[in-house]
Amino acid sequence: MKRTRAETDVSHRSISRRAALLGGAQLLFMGGLAARMQFLQVDQADQFRLLAEENRINIRLIPPSRGEVFDRNGVRLAQNAPSYRIVIVREDAGDVDATLTRLSQIITLDTETIDRVKEELRRSAPFLPVTIASDVTWADISRVSVNAPALPGVTPEVGLSRVYPQGSDFAHVLGYVGPVSDYDLSKIDDPEPVLMIPRFQIGKVGVETKLEPLLRGKAGAKRVEVNASGRVMRELDRREGIPGSDLQLSIDAKLQGYVQARLDGESASAVIMDCDTGDLLACASAPTFDPNLFVRGISSKDYATLTSNKYRPLASKTVQGVYPPGSTFKMITALAGLEAGIIGPDDTAYCPGHLEVSGRRFHCWKRAGHGWVDLETSLKRSCDVYYYDLAIKVGIENISAMARKFGLGIRHDVPMSAVAKGLAPTMDWKSQTYGQSWRVGDTVNVSIGQGFMLTSPMQLAVMTARIATGRSVEPRLVKSVNGVEEPSRAGEPIGVSEINMRRMRRAMYEVVNNRRGTAYGSRIIEETMRMAGKTGTSQVRNITAAERRAGVISNEDLPWERRDHALFVNFAPYDNPKYAVAVIVEHGGGGSKAAAPIARDITLQALYDGPPPLEAYPSKDREHIAEQQERLRDMQPLVSVPGSDQA
Amino acid sequence: MSYLEYAVKSTPTGWRKILHLNWPVALLLASVSGAGFLMLYSVAGGSFTPWAEPQMKRFALGFVLMIMVAMVPIWFWRSLSGVAYLGALLLLIAVELFGTVGMGAQRWIDLGFMRLQPSELMKITLVMLLAAYYDWLPARKTSRPFWVLIPVLIILVPVALVLKQPDLGTSILLLAAGGGLMFLAGVHWAYFAAVIASGIGLISAVFQSRGTPWQLLKDYQYRRIDTFLDPSTDPLGAGYHITQSKIALGSGGWTGRGFMQGTQSRLNFLPEKHTDFIFTTLAEEFGFMGALSLLGLYALIIIFCVSSALMNKDRFASLLTLGIALNFFLFFAVNMSMVMGLAPVVGVPLPLVSYGGSAMLVLLLAFGLMQSAHVHRPR
Repeated sequence: MKRTRAETDVSHRSISRRAALLGGAQLLFMGGLAARMQFLQVDQADQFRLLAEENRINIRLIPPSRGEVFDRNGVRLAQNAPSYRIVIVREDAGDVDATLTRLSQIITLDTETIDRVKEELRRSAPFLPVTIASDVTWADISRVSVNAPALPGVTPEVGLSRVYPQGSDFAHVLGYVGPVSDYDLSKIDDPEPVLMIPRFQIGKVGVETKLEPLLRGKAGAKRVEVNASGRVMRELDRREGIPGSDLQLSIDAKLQGYVQARLDGESASAVIMDCDTGDLLACASAPTFDPNLFVRGISSKDYATLTSNKYRPLASKTVQGVYPPGSTFKMITALAGLEAGIIGPDDTAYCPGHLEVSGRRFHCWKRAGHGWVDLETSLKRSCDVYYYDLAIKVGIENISAMARKFGLGIRHDVPMSAVAKGLAPTMDWKSQTYGQSWRVGDTVNVSIGQGFMLTSPMQLAVMTARIATGRSVEPRLVKSVNGVEEPSRAGEPIGVSEINMRRMRRAMYEVVNNRRGTAYGSRIIEETMRMAGKTGTSQVRNITAAERRAGVISNEDLPWERRDHALFVNFAPYDNPKYAVAVIVEHGGGGSKAAAPIARDITLQALYDGPPPLEAYPSKDREHIAEQQERLRDMQPLVSVPGSDQA
Repeated sequence: MSYLEYAVKSTPTGWRKILHLNWPVALLLASVSGAGFLMLYSVAGGSFTPWAEPQMKRFALGFVLMIMVAMVPIWFWRSLSGVAYLGALLLLIAVELFGTVGMGAQRWIDLGFMRLQPSELMKITLVMLLAAYYDWLPARKTSRPFWVLIPVLIILVPVALVLKQPDLGTSILLLAAGGGLMFLAGVHWAYFAAVIASGIGLISAVFQSRGTPWQLLKDYQYRRIDTFLDPSTDPLGAGYHITQSKIALGSGGWTGRGFMQGTQSRLNFLPEKHTDFIFTTLAEEFGFMGALSLLGLYALIIIFCVSSALMNKDRFASLLTLGIALNFFLFFAVNMSMVMGLAPVVGVPLPLVSYGGSAMLVLLLAFGLMQSAHVHRPR
């Protein structure tokens, strides 16, 4: 191809022009690229830097260790015990099948578990541990550790789980913890992130849930660097959390164990309170259950057994159960009359065995009647008619106000589940609730603790403590938090004249210690420990006129759930009240027979801080008391002295 | 006697040619490759294996090859351009038939010691053939329709083959480089205007028809186009790469996190961190200053090539040099646009920096041709 110089020059000029054009365009584009770089790397750098950190840094929560719970003497009631589980990490295990086969020769693994583990390993990232077995015994953990070289990727892991060393004794007071459920979360407006940790336990019932904020503490956090698949590369920094507070309850574990054992076999509850401080020394509800079952996840069979039991083991009867107080309420009616100046201590009323009130006949428990009775006799022999007459004169408003003054119909601030308010009815209450006006008959019923009147065993114990001390004692369940003593709940003077209070105490003394008193059979012989109390028998059915004519059916002949509730309240020692006790045996029959002996045993157990000498009992009781003490000793092996812990 | 034959007499001969190489370009290529070695060392977590060491060996081989190619007179290469084009075309057909499937596309022929990507080879041979064609074609015939149709076919046949692999990125590069060369050769403006206008017309017709009864594409095809054009509509699929890439780039700031301190690529948030997205690692670790410096090196290579072409009075040499420079430009411009979220992700590596054997060897061979053109230019 021959070409002239001119031709070449022309073509070269044309190339030069277009080359310059194209080169210019290229440089312009590169300028655009540089501008884009500047936009991304300089103008928006902060934003992207932030996004990069979000990519890279994960915040992991460190769950706080839950506060432990002790009794008043330092006995551990709730603790965090290590729970062992065995996990496998796929990338360390190599041949998963072979490893699992070897593991199954060392510890028992069913094929179902092995299949589940293989499935989970297949689905999860290779560096994530998969749990093979949880709640493994220490022996199994040791075996796995010893055989570690043959089990690549298999490691024992330790977690903390709640354990209640006292077992069923504290089921109703402490409650139990369990893993956070969707239902739990739905109740909280702004759930703390720590609740989202798998397996994290929160209180479900009792002290565990009521004092959850104290017990839980605050979660710590650590910042870790992760790669795109979520593997932790390193820890950047950590902020320690605040462990939950340790609680000391006012309960005496030894006494609680005794009371629980004493109530065994009944559907009953008992509260014993320190009159001076309001400390609840025992708060027992029978039958009970093992809270540890709930922590581990209760089987449906066990749960069905608990819920189908007619004695209602899951109910916390001391605070949750409300009962008509029966004759134990008579002190309140009497004090209302005395304080209102309507009766004097020596005024008498005649009891013919019944009283006609606006055309309706109200019976005394004693058909033949008590004849002429004064205040002390009326209480000692528990005459009903005396109180019918008195109540009509005093009026419901006075009685109801006096009941509230003594802690009935008021919800006491105790960190237990479902604390009942009970009921001290007023005229307004009835018209608001039923839209009916108050009738005199209603007042008559309330006067002897029947009708609308409802109280819990704890309220009755509070009432008794207030009668014993003349102060507005409040129940105290938490003695100290993290070693800091909670304020005493001794309360202010109750505002009832001391003369009238003394009369009441004297009358209660007579109930137990007078040969004709209703609780004479349950007296204490030891002079310095004499108790004062009041029996109660509350009806749960109506006795028809026809039945009365034919003779009232005795409790023994009735089906269990229609028998009367047996109640007893007392304080001791009479001269220097230390403890107030309330016992209710559901459908137990008469208070003097079913409830008073239990109350006496509890009182003596507390006064002697252990099994009392038989000399404290009347001589005819000593034989069976000795036998009973022998039996109960075997039933309460759980309490251990702090220091000689079984952990 | 042609001007060319006359002028050749004054060109250097023997070992003296080495002194007459375009050394600024050679050194710039070496420094860009050096930046690549650093980045490959860094993304491997501070290790020469598995990427930095093979890359360095290939660069050494390629650099020697470049000088060897440069020693051979440019007119020899011109005479070879037709054969080379046909050879590359045959290889493209061969890869279609017996190629290895990698990353969902047939791109390689396994030669045992290395994997050959014929589409890379085609980038050079296409430019060579077109330059030779326009060197042979009298200037007055350049814009006649028949003589325009021939180069169009020369371009479209390999583009179609590459598109079938499928390798959209490379076929766009081939199309753009071929078109660019025709533009440089002086084909009349009207052709380009017509092609661009009808292209715009077609695209707008496709989009305008959407939702109408005479819709030109199926609905799912439109959705695919949507994701392609705006990956943020699919943040966990196609959008993931580009979002992560922008995060890595942006977090570099002015001066970067420092060598080996980049978090995003080292923690595997970035895909293809050692190939297509290696620029993000560089930008994260060395910041805006580092990224701009690399762009500056690239710009200098283009400037030196263009000025060498303008100095060169031989039409073939001049067109070839410009074509190689254009190819090189398209390479990094598309890659950078892609990782900075300006263009869809099409799978174009960053020249000389991304890990890849045949791309680097072919590029250095191409620069060998450019050097030969420079050394043997008429004086």
